[in-house]
Amino acid sequence: MVYNETVGSAGVTGTTASAGKGASPRPIENTTPPIDRIAQAFQSKAFIAFLTGGDPTLEDTRRYVKILAEAGASLVEIGIPFSDPIAEGPVIQEASARALSSATGTTPEMLFELVRALREEDGLTIPLALMTYLNPVHHYGYEEFFARAADVGVDALIVPDLPFEEHAEVLPAAQANGVALISMIAPTSSSRARKIAANAQGFIYLVSSLGVTGVRSEITTDIGSIVDEIRQVTDVPVAVGFGISTPAQAATMAAQADGVIVGSAIVRLIAENGSHADDALRTYVSEMVSALPQE
Amino acid sequence: MSGRFGIHGGQYIPETLMNEIHALEAAYLRWKDDPDFVRELGDLLRDYAGRPSLLYFAANMTADLGGAKIYLKREDLNHTGSHKINNVLGQCLLAQRMGKTRVIAETGAGQHGVATATAAALLGMECEIFMGKEDTERQVLNVYRMELLGATVHPVLSGTQTLKDAVNETMREWTRRVDDTHYVLGSVMGPHPFPTMVRDFQAVIGREARQQILEREGKLPAAVLACVGGGSNAIGTFHAFIPDESVALIGCEAAGVGVETPRTAATIATGSLGVFHGMKSYFCQDDAGQIAPVYSISAGLDYPGIGPEHAWLHDTGRARYVPVTDEEAVDAFEYLARTEGIICAIESAHALAYARQLAPTISPGESMVICLSGRGDKDVAAIARYRGKDVAEG
Repeated sequence: MVYNETVGSAGVTGTTASAGKGASPRPIENTTPPIDRIAQAFQSKAFIAFLTGGDPTLEDTRRYVKILAEAGASLVEIGIPFSDPIAEGPVIQEASARALSSATGTTPEMLFELVRALREEDGLTIPLALMTYLNPVHHYGYEEFFARAADVGVDALIVPDLPFEEHAEVLPAAQANGVALISMIAPTSSSRARKIAANAQGFIYLVSSLGVTGVRSEITTDIGSIVDEIRQVTDVPVAVGFGISTPAQAATMAAQADGVIVGSAIVRLIAENGSHADDALRTYVSEMVSALPQE
Repeated sequence: MSGRFGIHGGQYIPETLMNEIHALEAAYLRWKDDPDFVRELGDLLRDYAGRPSLLYFAANMTADLGGAKIYLKREDLNHTGSHKINNVLGQCLLAQRMGKTRVIAETGAGQHGVATATAAALLGMECEIFMGKEDTERQVLNVYRMELLGATVHPVLSGTQTLKDAVNETMREWTRRVDDTHYVLGSVMGPHPFPTMVRDFQAVIGREARQQILEREGKLPAAVLACVGGGSNAIGTFHAFIPDESVALIGCEAAGVGVETPRTAATIATGSLGVFHGMKSYFCQDDAGQIAPVYSISAGLDYPGIGPEHAWLHDTGRARYVPVTDEEAVDAFEYLARTEGIICAIESAHALAYARQLAPTISPGESMVICLSGRGDKDVAAIARYRGKDVAEG
């Protein structure tokens, strides 16, 4: 709905971000507004890759994000680890614990710095999202968090414990800084799906199944009918996540939506290979990307 | 219902649970004042749980401390041995009316798990309990009790393996299977409507206590004390007294080794504003907003947050919250056993410990009410270990 108006003002209001921790005015020339970067990522079926920041180290995360992008990921979600990730299954829970228990721990600030390096030093152009729980964002300060995120080149934020009804306290800071606050829709959303979709920005994260994140052998939700319902109220792209790990699942889900989100399968490769997951990630993501239907 | 207590409260949960939480709120509003529901709950509280609980004048303790008259609200004498049964019967009756056939719950010390397993057995519902692995070891007997009652107990291996992790895992289980399942949250915490609904079910404690003390003393008490983890027995005891501004409301938090150490669970004393387990409130957390691994000798108070209504009572100054260490609580536990012949829960001993300090400062013409939230059978072995004695569990 007001989505395009927000984009229009994002670059300008972004320059008022000086209230943020160490944030400098964001250059508005020669940069694609963040939400446009997301729209570009969805011009064909999108493959969204998730990994946990700082697992096993920040250096590995930086290299892995580049590998995921080179292998064809349209957007990368970097998880800011949280002590109590209630929407995650064991694979991502364990990754969060590893990232937090490393010598220095992994903080939001370290991951902002990582995104800055990916943008400024590595020239990464695909959209980047951060995924975390509300408490670390609240603790950082909403305005400060989004100003810093915008400043380093973050396009979107996903917060699994911030449902639509509680968006109001976070949205002004997100919009003022031109960072998309991603809405989630679940198989249980029923009548609320339309309301959520009508207010969505960036992309819609459609949760494929009940339960927490993690690899599933089959997904039984009727994704197509939920997507149809969303389509009646918005053109914001829809990406399906939770449980997707195989090329066949990616193909089926992407055929019914605009993209797929894969987390636990990638995080598991990192868990198994530690700092040596480069080849495994490249092979896996290439295979998944080539399974997506061509438009 | 607004679901907010000042800035605290709210519904910060995954989208998968949102419609269920809305359905729960609607069901609660539909049934809470329904004459049949009220009668059925009232009958169970009286005939099954043993209400009203006694208000006992602790004459020996009063004489020994030489100050305010001390009254103990004996929730330890309820069926299953604690105040938890009040909330559990209410929620399970509501769950039945919502068409649920299965209940799940977290438990710390095991009191809430035992109460939930009991109500599920009574009402013919399937029951699964999530309990931190460390707590299953601290409370072996309660695990077996729950199994005797027909429940399945899942030890939780994630995180710190205590109460907060049990809540995490129960939330996860609820998102997996929400259709036929109600989450019987054990305290005045979590997303709305739980803090309000659980408070309403526990408010019977304070309603009875207020009437009982007026009958005994002819006037209101100077102070009302209760221990606070999530805070359900405390809010239940305080609630009827909130409009009585002359009555001091005092919540006793678990300071563990001490509030100046990281080995503490005293949220008001050491925490800060945050959002966790579905609610905005105060939480023990580090400088990056990670929830702190808290500690208390009491598994039931070993929780890094506090219910949103307590956070608000703290903000407004209507209630005050004081930290009580393991050592002070164990002393009070032993003191009550020797002085009054009552072995209370180590949780409740936190409130008693502060009462021992406070009573001598209040005139003997006044009284104070302390909620004895549970009985201490479950704690005997742990207290013995604390004192360096090896007592075989059970």
